[in-house]
Amino acid sequence: MAQAIFIILSLITLGCALVVVTNRNLFHSALYLAFVFVGVAGLYFMLQAEFFAGIQVLIYVGAILTLIIFAIMLSRDLMNPNVRGFNRQWWAAAIVAGLLFVVLAVVLWRAPWPAAPVGEPSADFIAELGQALVSPAYVLPFEVVSILLLAALVGSILIARER
Amino acid sequence: MVPLSWYLIVAAALFCIGLYGILARRNAIGILMAVELMLNAVNINLLAFWRYLTPAHMSGQVFALVVLAVAAAEAAVGLALIVAIYRTRDTVNVEEVDLMKL
Repeated sequence: MAQAIFIILSLITLGCALVVVTNRNLFHSALYLAFVFVGVAGLYFMLQAEFFAGIQVLIYVGAILTLIIFAIMLSRDLMNPNVRGFNRQWWAAAIVAGLLFVVLAVVLWRAPWPAAPVGEPSADFIAELGQALVSPAYVLPFEVVSILLLAALVGSILIARER
Repeated sequence: MVPLSWYLIVAAALFCIGLYGILARRNAIGILMAVELMLNAVNINLLAFWRYLTPAHMSGQVFALVVLAVAAAEAAVGLALIVAIYRTRDTVNVEEVDLMKL
């Protein structure tokens, strides 16, 4: 049952991802990107990371996708289907990406992974995650990320400001 | 139960689709969308490894959160750059933005 759900979910996600990179109309690509994000959130649910599934929908669909659609609407000519969307080396890009996938799939398939999870996550792992973020082990990445977010906030306002 | 390798292969496929998008697209916004696909693939890997190999430790979750924040910052700065380039050069085509080329 879980395997059937996983296969359906990943087929939907990967199919929508393919449409995202091959569609000529960028606006349609952005809408299919929403399906990809929701599908990935479903995969997080199957991994029992419900907190991340919620965050995924909130940040990716709610914030990043809104930004992308804003940028698409701010720039003219993007929705024009007559403009060529792909460069001259698109076939080489397809070969490189396909080869990389074949190599990765073979390696991942043959590696000796444990057949089942080695344990269950604790019931209140969200509280543990919150404590871990300010514990000595992870407080440095946490603070670096907060500075990065502040810098990105200031920087994007500065760059996009009308002069 | 779904084997761990299935998650890893789905993430690898998502990553390679994003790679194709980055290499083949001419539009800067399309390239940014492909980058988001690749970051999602990374997060699937981090959470799959967390769930299957170290469910008692928080490192997988913490770094998935870091990747998420970096993705949000990258999208904000990248789209601001695209809007600025569009304003000055009237195009978002990465092949025509060649001011720094010799």
